[in-house]
Amino acid sequence: MPAANAGNFDEMLSADGSVRPAYADFREWFDSQDKGWLRRQDAEAERFFRRIGITFNVYGEADGEERLIPFDMIPRIITAREWRKLTRGIEQRVMALNAFLQDLYHRQEIIRSGRLPIEALRNNDAFLSQMVGFTPPGGVYTHIVGVDLVRTGPDEFMVLEDNARTPSGVSYMLENRETMMAMFPELFTKIPVRAVSDYPRRLARSLSACAPPAFSGSGRPTVAVLTPGIFNSAYFEHAFLADQMGAELVEGSDLRIVDGRVAMRTTTGYKAIDVLYRRVDDDFLDPLSFNPTSILGVAGIMDVYRAGGITIANAPGTGIADDKAIYSYMPEIVEFYTGEKPILQNVPTWRCSEPDALAYVLDNLADLVVKEVHGSGGYGMLIGPTSSRKELADFEVKLRAKPGNYIAQPTLSLSTVPIFTKEGLAPRHVDLRPFVLVSPDGIDITPGGLTRVALKKGSLVVNSSQGGGTKDSWVLDE
Amino acid sequence: MLGRSANGIYWMSRYLERAENTARLIDVGFHLALTRSSKESQEEEWKSVLTTTGQVDAYCARHSDFGGNQVFNFLLRDRDNPGSVLQMVENARTNARMVRNSITNSVWEATNEGWMAVRELLARPVRETNLGEVLTAIRRQGTLVRGALEGTMLRNEVFNFARIGTFIERADNTARILDVKYYVLLPSVAWVGSSLDNVQWDTLLRSVAGNRAYSWLHAHSMDPRGIARFLILDGQFPRSLVFCYDKIRSNMAGLAKEYGHEVSAHELLREAGANLHQTSIEAIFEGGLHEFLQAFIGKTIQISGAIAADYRFSE
Repeated sequence: MPAANAGNFDEMLSADGSVRPAYADFREWFDSQDKGWLRRQDAEAERFFRRIGITFNVYGEADGEERLIPFDMIPRIITAREWRKLTRGIEQRVMALNAFLQDLYHRQEIIRSGRLPIEALRNNDAFLSQMVGFTPPGGVYTHIVGVDLVRTGPDEFMVLEDNARTPSGVSYMLENRETMMAMFPELFTKIPVRAVSDYPRRLARSLSACAPPAFSGSGRPTVAVLTPGIFNSAYFEHAFLADQMGAELVEGSDLRIVDGRVAMRTTTGYKAIDVLYRRVDDDFLDPLSFNPTSILGVAGIMDVYRAGGITIANAPGTGIADDKAIYSYMPEIVEFYTGEKPILQNVPTWRCSEPDALAYVLDNLADLVVKEVHGSGGYGMLIGPTSSRKELADFEVKLRAKPGNYIAQPTLSLSTVPIFTKEGLAPRHVDLRPFVLVSPDGIDITPGGLTRVALKKGSLVVNSSQGGGTKDSWVLDE
Repeated sequence: MLGRSANGIYWMSRYLERAENTARLIDVGFHLALTRSSKESQEEEWKSVLTTTGQVDAYCARHSDFGGNQVFNFLLRDRDNPGSVLQMVENARTNARMVRNSITNSVWEATNEGWMAVRELLARPVRETNLGEVLTAIRRQGTLVRGALEGTMLRNEVFNFARIGTFIERADNTARILDVKYYVLLPSVAWVGSSLDNVQWDTLLRSVAGNRAYSWLHAHSMDPRGIARFLILDGQFPRSLVFCYDKIRSNMAGLAKEYGHEVSAHELLREAGANLHQTSIEAIFEGGLHEFLQAFIGKTIQISGAIAADYRFSE
């Protein structure tokens, strides 16, 4: 097993230290800049983020202080050729995800065919019985997907996770670009970088194309963004997207069911919503159908939904498709629904529920990454190579007690991209989350995405809740 | 727009206006206390500031004397004082965050940057030497936000709710300031236009940023009726009761036009506005200045409540 930070693929420099073509123009510009000035720009960027209020709240911090996700000014650059291949792979995968969801909530052919064991669904909270036999408007389940990709070599991108519930981070994709353009406008005249700024328009169009049967058909459908409120960690993004789309930003307390529609309380009375882009988890969506104590959702929305009164994006129950236990079957799933070999590879995954796999994982714990099946955000995971003997022993106890709760993956030799430090450029591990929109009109991938970067030397954890930062992600024009 | 958003923008404006008026009261209290020689009369001035902002009880629950430094720190930054300027500026910013997608970037940034500046200045106890700087920053935030609203917002419902919030709060504040000091304006046997009276009148005018405006209009005559008329009935002075009510009415008319119908608050305002315009300072003094102001404050609260209910600020 390769070590975490030795011999990995660096996206800017090749093994002999020469600059790769994708970065040549940028590097030439960078080398000609006064480093003191760049550092001042760096500080300026932070002030800019604070002023705009691009902050997030960290759960479990008593002082409730809003924090910034650190921004690194060195862009992550993807060539046109690389992006073309990624695009094809993502399209294929997202198409398969939607077909899979449609099948799971209807005939379950994939289980009948024996490609997916029924155990993967049993006792899985992400599978919602309320969705069985129901097809969402336009047949779309995952209106917005954030596919997490990692890179391990020149041509090797792998999918680490399919975020098919309510992927976040797109506001960083947009604001990071804004910031770069404000700080270094000349870069964008020198280097042909594809624009990301029309994402909100594409999102609005994509959501509007999924209007429910109850939509009157005249004018544009009424779209609203449902947020848990200003104390949610992603509140900035919710407000930002609503603003950019020209949609209302609503909370559960603004909504009620009126005449069979979900309606928002306006200054002149209740107004029906056609498409609800909810940034609230399934469990909190409807106290009548799910968590009865939730005040973040709308009582009765699931009944309205099933009666064709509203479109919910993403559809409830899509979490079953990005579940980490299902993830390990994605190669089979892609092949089953598209009839093609997957273009994008999965990270090899051991399902600890299987005795052979568990035995292997226990033998090799120090070399593996072990994740909770239902966990997210980098919480509750074990990174073998960087863990102490005691941490490994403690984790082994948890793993033996509930093996079905875990999957394991090799410690990947993630690619690095340099960050700007006091000492100059220094390589750090990155991942990439492109944002994918699905509507009856097709699949739309904005050329770019969110690059998350581990700021600590050698660290593989890029999550913002764990001290990761972000970079602007450039897709070069043809 | 959402009722909750209307509520948010309305209160954003109210909190900013209140923070600004509190800063002005502290400023005046500070200058007045400087002119007083005895400790007792200095403390009396500070107590009067607390009375005006309605925080005497909250203050007395924690302190036993009215030392200036203690009072203005309580008013500005005490974490246990829910009516502190810091808290109001935070409330304004929280409301702005809530309505982030109804306001322009300029309005948001003015609110957010003002909050950052004020929070920074109020991170440590304020001393007499930097009090001026702090008060200026607080007033500047209000000014910048109003300017950004004026310069960048569509003249629609959002703008109207923001303006209504500003003028409801301002009408209320002017009336309260006047009510706490109303006795200064009453004719008394002792009245001879002494220098003490002049200081008191000047203070009153300063509390509502009206000292310059008053002297432009009435340079030759500083008299209590003239001052009362100015603060209550002058249609040009932007902090007078009549001016505030005229603005509220015109912004409410904007809402009626946009929505195509009036609500109960319109009727209340029409009546109250007509009464204000038809009365005279003589009639007000006849019926009792204090009684008049109490009734006015009550009416403003009633109108504010009607606006909140009519436009569905909450469920």
